Order: sequence, then structure tokens, then C-alpha cells
Amino acid sequence: MPRSWFLRFGLLFGLVFLYGPIAMLIFFSFNDIRSVTVWSGFSLRWYGELFNNQQLLSAAWLSLRVAFISACGAVVLGTMAGLLMARFGPFRGRALFAGMISAPLVMPEVILGLSLLLLFVSLEQLIGWPQGRSMTTIILAHITFTMAFVAVVVQSRLVSLDASLEEAAMDLGARPAKVFFVITLPIIAPAIVSGWLLAFTLSLDDLVIASFVSGPGSTTLPMIVFSSVRLGVSPQINALATIVVLIVAIGILIAGILNHRAEKTRARDEQMAQQNGG
Amino acid sequence: MGLVEKAADIAEHGTDGARTGAAPVAASRPPAGLGFLGRFRPGRGLVLAVPYFWLLFFFLVPFVIVLKIALSETTIAIPPYTPMFEWDPDTLQLSIDIKFGSFSYLFTDNLYILAYLNSLWIAFISTILCLLIGYPVAYAIAKAEPSWRAPLLMLVILPFWTSFLIRVYAWIGLLGNGGLVTETVNTVLMGLGLIAEPLQILYTPTAAYIGITYSYLPFMILPLYATLEKMDNTLLEAASDLGCPPWRAFLTITLPLSLPGILAGSLLVFIPATGEFVIPELLGGPDTLMIGKVLWAEFFNNRDWPVASAVAIALLLFLVVPIMLFQQVQGQQQGGGKG
Repeated sequence: MPRSWFLRFGLLFGLVFLYGPIAMLIFFSFNDIRSVTVWSGFSLRWYGELFNNQQLLSAAWLSLRVAFISACGAVVLGTMAGLLMARFGPFRGRALFAGMISAPLVMPEVILGLSLLLLFVSLEQLIGWPQGRSMTTIILAHITFTMAFVAVVVQSRLVSLDASLEEAAMDLGARPAKVFFVITLPIIAPAIVSGWLLAFTLSLDDLVIASFVSGPGSTTLPMIVFSSVRLGVSPQINALATIVVLIVAIGILIAGILNHRAEKTRARDEQMAQQNGG
Repeated sequence: MGLVEKAADIAEHGTDGARTGAAPVAASRPPAGLGFLGRFRPGRGLVLAVPYFWLLFFFLVPFVIVLKIALSETTIAIPPYTPMFEWDPDTLQLSIDIKFGSFSYLFTDNLYILAYLNSLWIAFISTILCLLIGYPVAYAIAKAEPSWRAPLLMLVILPFWTSFLIRVYAWIGLLGNGGLVTETVNTVLMGLGLIAEPLQILYTPTAAYIGITYSYLPFMILPLYATLEKMDNTLLEAASDLGCPPWRAFLTITLPLSLPGILAGSLLVFIPATGEFVIPELLGGPDTLMIGKVLWAEFFNNRDWPVASAVAIALLLFLVVPIMLFQQVQGQQQGGGKG
């Protein structure tokens, strides 16, 4: 802990600010009555209603499928983009590529959503594909905006990693594809995993872009949540939030433990390598 | 020489070479900085082409289409705008039809100008609030003992992994009438005699400030922490040895050195906040005019695609300078991309 009382207070305030609303959300998900301000008594009725809400469940299933496929696509393209930025040196059009890969990180979602929708509409006019808006268009849109996040994560891992290991393998006669799969990929694997999780979360969470590019038959979970929240508060949403927080907390805990173990193993390996080498 | 020793040897000498731009170890190595893929043309081409064309097609081309549709007129058709190019097969003539109606429409109604200025203002205030709350948090984590840093950082990132929409929703309950925050604020202020009637917070711009600050806070803390953590502590020790009080050491050493982090964090908050839709829609109420809401309403309620496109293009023009600044900062932080 920092010694200055001001910093301690600042840290505490920041954490209370971040977690207070989430704690209240969870607290009122167990409320007996339809209110998120007045406590009446403990009950699990909103969880029951949540699991009987067919519309919400099918939207959640669609969102999970979209997020899974988008994250896989984004990881492949984002890793390539990260590799391009970190290991290719100068190439023609590099500045343009750097611009295109970092702009989606900050670009307002309304602009991304509108522009992608207009692209899909124009494409349909020109070549008849994609026919209408569906899960496919949501996936294409999500791959495009999440691959930028994967690229940043992979690129910063690659930049911090010394290229000389790869160069050594090349000097020993390994083909670039082999160098990538045998040396580079295992080293950047943690970055790829966190990139995948990031893309998955961003896709699962996206309301604005999905609203623009989705069609009548493809309503995602955030769209359902948004329209129900617009009509007023509902403890069902609190129950949903509690489940999301629980899943995320468990996921992060597992990731933290695995990371801790991997770090320990690596430290031990490095120590052994040094002893053998010296 | 075994493989490991060889690799270690190159690792030791190779890095120096890469930094100075010379290739001292083996003549067959590609020029330093070109990277290991520099030699392999077909694979290099594929890795280059796929993401490049994907982004060209799904990111750059759409903007051209938005511009094209902004230069058309709305009409009752599918899709609801007039075509820009018309090919007449009889006369074999291509007519190009450009209309500036949508852009000039943005100037005829005060609503649009006000919405742009208001968005920039709300994003600015929220960025300042993020900085004021986020800086002490980032500094405290950077100053904490190393074993505390990772868990504390995890605590900052964790809310980001839960749903953004749900975190905004949480504030509806807290800020509404009878909500915990509103009740507390009103009790305190009325007790002090500062206000006679209870304040309304939800559905006012104040709620939008709170919502944006809350949602974007991790984006401010992370870059700040990254710069503060790298800072050389001996500078502060030297200042203290020379009799400099802590607050002055902070102002003359820590603050200037953390400017890159402040800039990166501020841009990460300011740019997306300017175009924010969900937060002003759910928390800000009808009084909070923001351009993201206007664009949404033009598109989904009025079904006026050309005006929605013109709004988007104009918003992009407002954000061009901050976005370019962000890319500059991003490029520097990523070490210019050299291996």
C-alpha cells in the first residue's frame, strides 16, 4: 500500500466508485419486490423469471454464438495485423494500415455501425450479397472492430519480445512458417488468449453496432436488455447482471491462477537455463 | 555450439546490432528491423494482404459510402436515398448527381450545431473527471509494493469485463428518485440549507457526466499507470534530498513525466465519449443533447439516411485531429513497431 494518506484515500475512492454500483446491482437482484431502490425481502423470483424469459434466452444464445465466431475471426486477423505492425519493418502503405488498425479503438460506435450498415446495403444492391441483415452481418462487423483490439494486444507483446530468437532460428535454417509456429506462436500465446477473450467480451457487449447491422430475425442480448431498460428498471436485468459478474469473476480468477503458475514455471526454467549455461 | 547457446549468443549481440541498425552476427541476416518475415516473400505477402484488404474493405470503403450517401437525397425507396450515379443505356451517358442538401440542412437547424458543441463539452468535462479520479488511483497502484500491483490492477480492469450496458443501467437505480446517491446528496445539501427542494439527478446532463466517467474510467487509469510505473523513482528521491516538498516534486517531476499517459488516457476517453449514444440515452434524458443521439434518431426514427450520414461525416471531421493525435501517441507507445 502507498504510504501517503491522500493516495490511499484516492485509491479507495476510485475502487468504491467502480464497485459500488455493481454491488448495489447484485444486492437488489435478490429483492422481493419490483424495485431497485427499496428493499423488501430476500427472494430468487427474478432469477426464476429470467430463466423463463424465452426471448431473452434465445437472444443470449445468439449473442454467444456471434461472440464466439467473431472472436475466432478477430484473433486470426488481429494476430496477422499485430505481426505486420511489429515484425514487418517498413512496407508500402504502412502508415495507412497503422491508421486503419488503431482508429477502431476510439472511433465512436455510431459511426462504425452506420458505415458498416451502408456498406452491406450497397453490397446487396451491387452483387446481391449479403441478403438482408442477419447474424452474418453482425459477425462481419464485430470481427472488423474487435480485430483492432487483438492487434494491439499481440503487437505490444511482440514489441516487448526480442526478435533475435526468431532471427536465430532463421539463421539456423528454419523456414518463416516454422519459425512462426515453433517460436513466435508459443511466446505470444498468452497475448492471443487475452485477445480472444477481449474480442469475445466486446462482441457480447456491443449494442450500437449490432443495432445498425442486425436484421429482424437477429436480436442480440444487449438489444433486448436495452429495450427493456428503456421501459424502466427491472430486477430481472439485475439478476442477469449478477450472473454476468459471477462468470467474469470466476473466469478472471482462473486466468489469474494459470498466469501465476505459468510465471513460476518460466522463472524456474530461466533459472535452470542460467545454471546450465553458466 | 548447441542451439541454445547459439540463440543466447545472438540474443546478446544481436540486440545491439538491431538498435544501431547494423547486422554484426551473420552476413546472411536480413537488415535489422526488417524482421524475420522480411526474407520470405510468399508468406509475407499473404500475412500482409489478408488483414490489409479486410480493413480496406470493411473499414475504409464504408466511409466512402457514407460520404456518397451524405451527398444524396432522401427518397421513399429501398434503400431510402437517391442514387449518385445513373447509367442511361439509351444515350450511353453516366450522370452524376451530387446534392449538398443534407450538409446544408445541418446548418439550417440550430439543433445540430448545439448537439456537436454539447457533445464536445460533455466529453471534455467527463475526461477531466476521469483524470481527477483516475490519476490518484493509477499513482497509488504504481507506488504500491510490487506484490500488490497486479491484484489492484486486476480490480481496476475487472468491471471493464462485465457488460457496459449493465454498468450504465446500475446508475439508473442509484440516481433515480429514491436512489441511494440522489437521496444522500439531497439529504446532505438540504441539511446544510444549500437547496430548498430535492435535486433531480437522473435524466439531467449531470447523470450523463457520471455515467461517462464511470464507464470510461479504466481507459484513463491503464495508460496513466503504464507511464507512472516506468517512472524513475530516484528523481523523486533526489528532489527530496535537496529539500523539495512532496507536492512540489509532484508538480515539477511526476506530472510532466506522466504527460504521455495523461494524453493517451484523455484521448481514449474523449474521442469515444463525444459520439456516445447509450449513456446520454439512458441517463441523460431528453435535456442532454448529444450528437450520437441525434444520429441515432435521424437513422432509426426519421429514417433519413442521407442526413444521418452527413451527421456522421461532420462528427468525423470534429474528431480527425484528436484521432490523429491518438495514433501518434499509440505509435510512440508501441515503439514504432521495430522488432
